[in-house]
Amino acid sequence: MAAESNTNRAAAMVSLESVNKHFGDLHVLKDITLSVQPREVVVVVGPSGSGKSTLCRAINRLEPIDSGDIRIDGHSLPTEGAELAKLRADVGMVFQSFNLFAHRTVLDNVALAPIKVRKTKRAVAEAEAMELLERVGIAEKAHHLPAQLSGGQQQRAAIARALAMHPKVMLFDEPTSALDPEMVGEVLEVMVSLAREGMTMIVVTHEMGFARRAADRVVFMDAGQIVEQNTPAAFFDNAQTDRARSFLESVLSH
Amino acid sequence: MNILMENFGLLLEALGTTLLMAVVAGIGSLILGVLVTVARVSPIPILRAAAFGYVQFFINVPLLALLLLAVFALPDAGLILPLLPTAIIVLTFYEAAYVAEAVRSGVNTVGVGQIEAARALGLSLGQSLRLVVIPQSLRAVVQPLGNVMIALAMNTALAAVVGVVELTSRVNKVNLVYAQPIEIFTAAGLVYMAIALAIGLATGWVERNVAIVR
Repeated sequence: MAAESNTNRAAAMVSLESVNKHFGDLHVLKDITLSVQPREVVVVVGPSGSGKSTLCRAINRLEPIDSGDIRIDGHSLPTEGAELAKLRADVGMVFQSFNLFAHRTVLDNVALAPIKVRKTKRAVAEAEAMELLERVGIAEKAHHLPAQLSGGQQQRAAIARALAMHPKVMLFDEPTSALDPEMVGEVLEVMVSLAREGMTMIVVTHEMGFARRAADRVVFMDAGQIVEQNTPAAFFDNAQTDRARSFLESVLSH
Repeated sequence: MNILMENFGLLLEALGTTLLMAVVAGIGSLILGVLVTVARVSPIPILRAAAFGYVQFFINVPLLALLLLAVFALPDAGLILPLLPTAIIVLTFYEAAYVAEAVRSGVNTVGVGQIEAARALGLSLGQSLRLVVIPQSLRAVVQPLGNVMIALAMNTALAAVVGVVELTSRVNKVNLVYAQPIEIFTAAGLVYMAIALAIGLATGWVERNVAIVR
């Protein structure tokens, strides 16, 4: 299945072709080629510094790449400007540090981009924002400022904010890494339900349990390369490479 | 006390001029200062350079020199404006540089994640600055901006040198007639203190009502 989805580039929702990226002398993305099909959930795992976050951020050009081609729903990523903004509007992004707008209420956070980017009427946007907040279970916090919410609640609000744009694909950049352990579950629940509903998702995470439960495919990265990719069952129970096996040993042993 | 009562109308009129200068230049410098800051953090090199040059020029030239230049040199170059508007414009340009410095320090307190989140949602750079970065920057620098506004109110007194009849100029003229400097200048000093106090209190009120909890 992994091999099949890689060849099916034309129909892919997200596709990367020979992507390279350097930070100074550090070659963080080495010739990355990856396709993600519509409704597919791809979980990217790997040790710190393997380039998985950079990969995630490159997909909506928060990190510009040095060479290669990235396409979203068939369209190559434009460089800066209105075209790029338009494409980003279709790509939801959830950050490790939530990044809710600190001076706006949770409801404003969710309704802002629909109003300003999609030109949705305020009343309509706010009604939909309330629905989304209800769906992620924090409707009662709608009129609070982000700082008044727990980390888990903030991250759920951030997911609602991204969903409000009706994205074609959702990117999650270590969404639970900044959370206290008891709050990880509530965020993962929302992500699992999104996956079940057929959202196309690329998730960078250290949560192997989530990868097992929700992923269609696990991509293992190390030192800027995709080392192997497979179904979760095959990857976790029968990793093909030594690097993947030693990574799994270190994360699953405790 | 008599002197003050006898000249009450004239002094009040002069105080009005002082307040007019402070309020108009205050609002003007806040707007201009924010625009300069936006230019300073924009990705367009020529805008950034222009904003940098603007701030450096106005911070490194004394206000008095600027006033003298505007009042005496500009008419020579064919640019003639009435005295009061000239002084207000100079004050606005001068204080805008200080406003820009204060707001820029506020921009630095806004995390890069806020901008990334805004851009990731499809907001343009302009929208990200206007809706996310600048509102947070301004909230972070209410106190420093209040201090700039107080300095501006005090700096209006320099306009007396180039002939604007504001409070300082008027009390000086009154003193020339009555020769009772202690009474007259003490009264003027108290009025300036009251203006500073009012700005300070207003700043504190704004600070309490817009401060961002993080």
